Amino acid sequence: MPLNTLQKLEILADAAKYDASCVSSGGDKRNAGSGLGSVTGQGICHAFTPDGRCVSLLKILLTNFCIYDCAYCVSRRSSDVPRARFSVEEVVKLTLDLYRRNCIEGLFLSSGIARSADQTMEELIRVAKTLREEHQFRGYIHLKTIPGASPELIAEAGRYADRLSMNVEMPSDAALAALAPEKSAVEIKRGLARTRSHIDAAAEPSRGSARPPRYAPAGQSTQMVIGADPSTDLDILRASSNFYASYALKRVYYSAFSPTGHASPQLPNHATPLVREHRLYQADWLLRFYGFSLPEVESTLANGMLDAAVDPKLAWALAHRDAFPVDVNRASRESLLRVPGLGTRSVDRIVAARRHCRLRLKDVARLTSSLARVRPFIVTPDWRPKSLLEDATLRHRLAPAPQQLALAL
Amino acid sequence: MMALRSVTVPPDGGDDTFRRIARSCLAQGLHPDEVVFDADGTGSLFEPAEPRDAPTILMPRRFVELVSDVVCHSAEDRFALLYRLLWRVQAGERNVLEQAADPDVQRAQQYAKAVARDVYRMHAFTRFRERMIEGRPMFVAWFEPQHNVLRKAAPFFADRFTNMDWIIATPCGTAAWQDKSLHFGPPVARPPKQDDAVLDEVWSTYYRITFNPARLRVNAMLAQMPKRHWPTMPETTSMPQLVRTARTRVKEMEQRAPDRPPRFADVLSERQLGAAGEAPPPWEALKEAAHACRQCPLHAAATQMVFGEGPLSASMVFVGEQPGDQEDLQGRPFVGPAGQVFDRALAQAGIDRGAVYVTNAVKHFKFEPRGKRRIHQKPGTIEVTACRHWLRGELDLIRPKLVVSLGATAALSLAGRPVPVTKERGSIQSWSGRAVLVTVHPSYLLRLPDPDVAAAEYDRFVADLRRAKLWCERAEQ
Repeated sequence: MPLNTLQKLEILADAAKYDASCVSSGGDKRNAGSGLGSVTGQGICHAFTPDGRCVSLLKILLTNFCIYDCAYCVSRRSSDVPRARFSVEEVVKLTLDLYRRNCIEGLFLSSGIARSADQTMEELIRVAKTLREEHQFRGYIHLKTIPGASPELIAEAGRYADRLSMNVEMPSDAALAALAPEKSAVEIKRGLARTRSHIDAAAEPSRGSARPPRYAPAGQSTQMVIGADPSTDLDILRASSNFYASYALKRVYYSAFSPTGHASPQLPNHATPLVREHRLYQADWLLRFYGFSLPEVESTLANGMLDAAVDPKLAWALAHRDAFPVDVNRASRESLLRVPGLGTRSVDRIVAARRHCRLRLKDVARLTSSLARVRPFIVTPDWRPKSLLEDATLRHRLAPAPQQLALAL
Repeated sequence: MMALRSVTVPPDGGDDTFRRIARSCLAQGLHPDEVVFDADGTGSLFEPAEPRDAPTILMPRRFVELVSDVVCHSAEDRFALLYRLLWRVQAGERNVLEQAADPDVQRAQQYAKAVARDVYRMHAFTRFRERMIEGRPMFVAWFEPQHNVLRKAAPFFADRFTNMDWIIATPCGTAAWQDKSLHFGPPVARPPKQDDAVLDEVWSTYYRITFNPARLRVNAMLAQMPKRHWPTMPETTSMPQLVRTARTRVKEMEQRAPDRPPRFADVLSERQLGAAGEAPPPWEALKEAAHACRQCPLHAAATQMVFGEGPLSASMVFVGEQPGDQEDLQGRPFVGPAGQVFDRALAQAGIDRGAVYVTNAVKHFKFEPRGKRRIHQKPGTIEVTACRHWLRGELDLIRPKLVVSLGATAALSLAGRPVPVTKERGSIQSWSGRAVLVTVHPSYLLRLPDPDVAAAEYDRFVADLRRAKLWCERAEQ
């Protein structure tokens, strides 16, 4: 019996849920005008799943039939999952129906490779094109670009999509070759490179009156599966530093490997701890927004792995106590950003507030979320952390008690 | 003792109300301690009428924005707080809002933040149900905000659902969009819930399925999507079950034996094993082998191996250093900024780029990641030595009359030893039985800060290329 749309949705949303990205941020702001939908710029999470993850887009596969055999993927050809395939019209209708009820910001469409890279890419583009041209859909569209798809198709995808992404999947070529034998690391990097070239061209200042055609205004992103192969955190951070530098990526997503119910004999059949994923994101943030260099982060690693018990910034501060305490009223923005417990916003508030008065400890308390964390590392006119900072138990006292990640509702 | 004045604040008073009241109080010189803002309107003793000559208050822009958020907050002291701050602004503390550590500023900012969050949640969590009213689809929603944010939140829906008719009802008023205009009305009783198959079936199914049970973090979810919004969000019906069964579902998945591959998988695997093409011609075979090269670590970070390009019958081969940023992205040699200088110089020397073969001593881009950019790094002896095999292969296949060595790295590779390029430039060497003209790399010309020196060096470069051309023509005769 043929499957109905709801049954297909169950299969094809299940297959898509392992992609971590669900954001609708970035891109050019726009309103519905004579069409349907808008893009606000910062994105909206319309719901949160019981893991606190944002549900912003309808995230589905067009089909989970796939000729590839990537060990980490639930849709690999040797997996015994039920298979389904949406028609272009079904995806368009689902997207519009959910959008009109204010459930989603738009569509995130990916697909298994049912026949070839080009045929798959063409189908994805057809969905986006139908939404944009036949239904004047002006909401957010995130398309997966398919490794090995022809340059013309990559060029076309960016005309309809707000964001494009192509997953590098593994932190090293060797791991990819071992776990995804049909995928080529070079094809993936070439795909990211092509998209970057288009994004660069669209950002070029226009010569004369013609504006360069719009191309994926919300940029591109990629994802790595964490814990399916033996790569260390250092391998992963090295790889992502290279990707950020090379392909104008908005984000590198880290997705902790988890069992799918359709195990591959090549892989561990237990989930990677979520804390590993979390620490990688924190390190990624330090590298991109806090002025840390990779060697600095590297100095806090043990056997190439981030400390699971404390966040990487605290780990760095504990290992470099000579860099502290910093004077809240005098220190540069860069030094303040190194203080554990001070985020970019708190630092901005401190820098603005200290122009008007000398900040005392109680002022700092109002400007930050956790004074206990900050206190051992700062100096104010009424506070000096002398013995605290030399205290051998400091790490123990600042490390959060092991938290039960799942609490009963 | 000071006489207290009491001012009645209407419950839905927005920034206009605040401005009217504040102007009047300021005109009477009322100190914040002398005014009581009475939110529920009982015990009102005095309502200051707006004096005709009440002066316009000039407020800093940031303050105006803050007022428009804070007045929506449900806290009773919102007007008193704003009036205190306004008093300080008028008294000369123009930059009061920058004093983020000030208790009043901090509280006002907390209120503004809470209001902004409430607006965001209204945008996010409102769910429309479709109904047919007089033959027209109407999208109806009931939402319960924490603060008085309906007017602030409604324009978003007008911008997004411009071509739909919709009504959002809240306990403190309604917003309706019909025939492309927005109307605000008084509160109505909560409408009875109507079935909507898209919300109740499709959306709820999607929500249930998109959750990965291996990732249960209930507190993180509750922080973002507090329970008070759940009654109007149909997808949350499955929440207790999702949370309760997550652990057992994961355990079951972990214990499942590996899948037996379905039949089509076996068929595909066999087909792939059987597929073997014909052996490619030698240059293509060499290039393919170079793509798989792992003799040095550069392949890991670079996008792709960049092989030489040009006719195999070329009498001249140009050897550069290594691909740069653009070459790495496009997979072709000499297409970046240095490539453009090179093309210009070639044309000036009367050499057709289409008739020569252009390649590099090192075939992968060596760089250092620096934020969003890649900083070029000079390849070392290890990389040059590891890559020499491919350059030799290219030269052996083409057998050019003359090789033009651009820069020190190319010379190192071709000569097998460090060569002082500036000293030997323009000369024709015989290295490993090949005639090699030594000159600088075009990127050197881009790095010269003095424009006069750069122009002179560029002319010398063109002269070297002319010499190469002449030498080739003579050798051919």
